[in-house]
Amino acid sequence: MADIIRLHGVTFGYERHPAVHHLSGAVRTGSLTAVVGPNGAGKSTLLKGIMGLARPLEGRVELVGLKPAEVAYLPQQAEIDRGFPISVLDTVLLGHWRTIGTFGAVTAPLLARGRAALESVGLGDFERRAIASLSVGQFQRVLFARMLVQDARLILLDEPFSAIDDRTTVDLLRLVCHWHGEGRTVMVVSHDFDQVRAHFPEALLLAREPVAWGAAAEVLSPANLARARAMSEAWDEHAGRCHRGAAA
Amino acid sequence: MSLYDLLIQPFADYAFMRRALVGCLALAVGCGPVGVLLMLRRMSLMADAMSHAILPGAAVGFLWAGLSVPAMSLGGFAAGLLVALAAGGVARLTPLREDASFAAFYLISLAAGVLLVSARGNNVDLLHVLFGTILAVDDVSLIEMAGVASFSLVGLAVLYRPLVVECFDPGFLRSVGGGGSLAHYGFLVLVVVNLVAGFQALGTLMAVGLMMLPAAAARFWVRGLWALAALASTLALVSGYLGLLLSYHGSLPSGPSIVLTAGGVYAVSVLVGPCGGLRSRYFPGRHRAA
Repeated sequence: MADIIRLHGVTFGYERHPAVHHLSGAVRTGSLTAVVGPNGAGKSTLLKGIMGLARPLEGRVELVGLKPAEVAYLPQQAEIDRGFPISVLDTVLLGHWRTIGTFGAVTAPLLARGRAALESVGLGDFERRAIASLSVGQFQRVLFARMLVQDARLILLDEPFSAIDDRTTVDLLRLVCHWHGEGRTVMVVSHDFDQVRAHFPEALLLAREPVAWGAAAEVLSPANLARARAMSEAWDEHAGRCHRGAAA
Repeated sequence: MSLYDLLIQPFADYAFMRRALVGCLALAVGCGPVGVLLMLRRMSLMADAMSHAILPGAAVGFLWAGLSVPAMSLGGFAAGLLVALAAGGVARLTPLREDASFAAFYLISLAAGVLLVSARGNNVDLLHVLFGTILAVDDVSLIEMAGVASFSLVGLAVLYRPLVVECFDPGFLRSVGGGGSLAHYGFLVLVVVNLVAGFQALGTLMAVGLMMLPAAAARFWVRGLWALAALASTLALVSGYLGLLLSYHGSLPSGPSIVLTAGGVYAVSVLVGPCGGLRSRYFPGRHRAA
């Protein structure tokens, strides 16, 4: 199958320290990939880089035949003001942003799609509730409903199942698999190796450097995981310049 | 003293009281929603800093044209905007956080402003600039305040959606390319023009009073965004009205009277407001079944 993302020796980082170091490879259209690795391995940075929210220090990210409107991205929850006075339905309808923008009206069909999305994450009766009154799990369902509305071809989820109870995880994971079944490309940052082995055909193991990328079962071998742990501990505040080329 | 004497007569008898009341109405209309959004964006202290930042600009206008409303307003607007952009820029481009960078800029501006006014004016001028004189509001100032109120409402309507989303979920707005920083800077302009309008009435030290106190008080009574804005405007108007009466009957300076009244409204709200007020915390009543 054709590639949807190609990474050409890409390096992302902060203050010239690499967070993702010389990563090359491709994500195929319609694939379901888990991005795994220790804390600080560059998983979130990689997703931000693909979204264009982090600029590469070197190399480049190529989105193949993909418009920005066709990418949806769910960051870790930290950035969202959960106390903001906005209703569940309004939050979900924001998924139409690329259609409605700053001034466009939410027409009846768009409204219906928002309601259907809420229905399919099991929150049909919640549309008038303020988001401040939701539990963490319910709120995550709302964000998934917003992604449903976005109807994106590429979906990037950054630790969507952390701090979420089992039942919600099962429901949302089913939605992820459903997206995969519809031919959408999905990348999910996860810390749960068992979950990755059970549900994700492919995995990318990062420890700032790429450790392994391929079939999930092979990537998550004990040898690879041990290697990732060892690499993630090698942080040097005063590291010299890197002389590897972008193609490395 | 009859109720009429207490509540209405000062406005019936004196044109300057009527003007002051109309001025308060205009301020309340603009400051209510702007204050609510400032509060939701956690920029309350930033607004305070920006109101002080207006001073040197107003002082330059004063030095150039005397006590002229348009000159001082224009100067204040330019200075406020400059400081907002500079402080925002320092916060974005350096590791210094926004609050610290705003504090640095407003201290510099306040000191520069006081020096500039003292250089040529006298202490009365300085008091006027620092504490405002709503009782001396003339037609030009009234038109300016009313213009600012209209401009603010239209401006907020235009910026509404990106402003709200940027406040609630900035990451999402960035990911869909929603022009959040444009809305942010547009909003800063609205804050500055409202501060300049308030500066006429309440002075640079308290211009932010009618903006933040009613907004903070409203938070304890209602939850929805529009309800918050409407209630904040209403509370600002009520504070203006009661404050003017307090100042008239007690022969007190008008600006502090208005802001103190707004402070009283805020204190009552903190104590008994149903949405998170202290009474609902310590005497919540019997819990519900579900």
